[in-house]
Amino acid sequence: MALGLEITELRLGLPGHAHSIHPAGVNAVERNEKKRVFSEMSGDCSATTCERKAQNKNQVVGWPPVCSYRRKNSFNDKDRAEATKMYVKVSMDGAPFLRKIDLSSHQGYSNLVTAFEELFGCFGIGEALKDADSSEYIPIYEDKDGDWMLVGDVPWE
Amino acid sequence: MNYFPDEVLEHVFDFLTSHRDRNAVSLVCKSWFKVEKWSRHRVFVGNCYAISPERLIARFPRVRALTLKGKPHFADFNLVPHDWGGFVYPWIEAMAKSNIGLEELRLKRMVVSNEGLELLARSFVNFKSLVLISCEGFTTDGLAAVAANCRFLRELDLQENEVEDRKGQWLSCFPDSCTSLVSLNFACLKGEVNLTALERLVARCPNLKSLRLNRAVPLDALQRILMLAPQLEDLGTGSYVHDPDTETYNKLISTFQKCRSIRSMSGFLEVSPLCLPAIYPICSNLTSLNLSYAPGIHGDELIKLIHHCRKLQRLWILDCIGDKGLGVVASTCKELQELRVFPSDPFGVGNAAVTEKGLVAISFGCPKLHSLLYFCQQVTNAALITVAKNCPNFTRFRLCILDATKADPVTMQPLDEGFGAIVQSCKDLRRLSLSGLLTDRVFLYIGMYAEQLEMLSIAFAGDSDKGMLYVLNGCKKLRKLEIRDSPFGNEALLTDVGKYETMRSLWMSSCEVTLGGCKVLAEKMPRINVEIINEYDQMEFGFDDRQKVDKMFLYRTLVGPRKDAPHFVWTL
Repeated sequence: MALGLEITELRLGLPGHAHSIHPAGVNAVERNEKKRVFSEMSGDCSATTCERKAQNKNQVVGWPPVCSYRRKNSFNDKDRAEATKMYVKVSMDGAPFLRKIDLSSHQGYSNLVTAFEELFGCFGIGEALKDADSSEYIPIYEDKDGDWMLVGDVPWE
Repeated sequence: MNYFPDEVLEHVFDFLTSHRDRNAVSLVCKSWFKVEKWSRHRVFVGNCYAISPERLIARFPRVRALTLKGKPHFADFNLVPHDWGGFVYPWIEAMAKSNIGLEELRLKRMVVSNEGLELLARSFVNFKSLVLISCEGFTTDGLAAVAANCRFLRELDLQENEVEDRKGQWLSCFPDSCTSLVSLNFACLKGEVNLTALERLVARCPNLKSLRLNRAVPLDALQRILMLAPQLEDLGTGSYVHDPDTETYNKLISTFQKCRSIRSMSGFLEVSPLCLPAIYPICSNLTSLNLSYAPGIHGDELIKLIHHCRKLQRLWILDCIGDKGLGVVASTCKELQELRVFPSDPFGVGNAAVTEKGLVAISFGCPKLHSLLYFCQQVTNAALITVAKNCPNFTRFRLCILDATKADPVTMQPLDEGFGAIVQSCKDLRRLSLSGLLTDRVFLYIGMYAEQLEMLSIAFAGDSDKGMLYVLNGCKKLRKLEIRDSPFGNEALLTDVGKYETMRSLWMSSCEVTLGGCKVLAEKMPRINVEIINEYDQMEFGFDDRQKVDKMFLYRTLVGPRKDAPHFVWTL
């Protein structure tokens, strides 16, 4: 792997962390360097956000080990609001005004699509999503770079 | 070699309630196997992929009560992708087809669909009890089907499920003829319920012992409901918010005074602390109290409440009780057996209100304590050693330091000695979760002393493969091992592959095991499913054996790779 290209790769690992291929018999010193240190992870929010889409800074996924139901339904209102609400704008061509929807209250693409259908009174997206081959339409969305993306490529989480 | 007729054997086996005893009995000889098989009514399946519904039905044709568990435990912490699996529908379908007389179904971490609930409700005439814990995939429409069709329903217990609330009238679907409810828990539902329907339901179910309301049930409705059900033993309040200077609140006070049977309370999903004194008369009889979902009650108010709870055996609370509050618990609740202290501000920096001091106080005051879940800011070795000495009866010990690799703040040493003291002193320890700065040494201690350990959770701990090997070699009764972000690799994984057939499952994520190592294991052990869960590099994955595996979940099974695995799960 040419050194120059490494920087453009999307990989699992902290920046600067030499997540390189190595034979199994590596010694303990190297292994300690490769161990994902908790303090690095929680301090380095840019790595965690691109890996796991962590919603807050200084959060390591799944730590502290509080079950997700409890996370969503307790703690103080500020944390609950920050930790769980993900409002995004949704516009439909021809509709006079936009809608806002909380992504975190939906469990998956199909669930989200049902919500859109109800909001805009426009049915058929769900079928296009489920039955891509036989449908005339395909569901797409505009991402933050302004590109049109096919719904479903990026895992929901 | 059978001196007794089958009916006598069956009658004797009736006295065996534990699954392990019944399993042992069925191994004695063929005729005992046969009698036991035909008389087993309660079956526990700890991993729904370890066996298939068809084989279960063939093995225990008279099953009436089934417990199933699906996703791995770390799914609770968002480490398992959403569509991993754990579907209950095939089980319900198979039992319906085989005319199983199912009466009770208890599910944990499974995906339950409305179709499944509808099929369940239509297929099993004598269905009595549905308990869903940490499940998802259904809406209140599914609940409506259960309410409407299960004529002899005794128990509907929904604990911490993700339920889409269609804001329909599911509660109204209980027919007027339904008078058999003993337990109803809908605390996890978010939507409105028809209060009139609820009150009428409570009024016509004289055997109702356990009722847990959701947030949409206001305090005045609670008061009316309690008047209708003074026999309640377990109460989960909904929204406990009111102006204390009102008629309603005064009525509530006198109503609570009439509820002499309540032994367990939970809920308080929204609280006006000034209304808490109404429950003081009940507190003196309480054996179980769960305030862990009650936001905004200050330490001082909690302390005032605790003073009334002298008989408490189980307490779930938020860390805003503080070390001082735990001291009050220690001096008041001498019968305490189980304590859970949850973080009120998990992502706060240095805001956790409890430290090792609270835990030490508890250990001095509550010698009967055997089950602990404790989220705290810090812990010292000295504290753990003291706790180990004071409370040798721990069966479950889960300690979570919010800063996962924090050392002993006084000595700056790892917490190996502290946890070592726990495992050495607590000879009946069955479940352990570690945190803090930990080296291989703690695992040496665990392997040496934790002879009864069945479940171990490890995060950000250890230095080398030796750590994991100490555990695998030493803990003979280990059933579940889950590890994240620790430097254990192929050598640890592969040294004793036969071990995994003695365990239910092993989870390793963000460790050092490689794809090649997992492949070797899968090849050597055909009765183990080795699942690689890879959400991200779906296309590239699989071509380089030296690549580290992000998430691996392996479990013993009698039925080979599962057929419902999603595209991001690869069974080797």
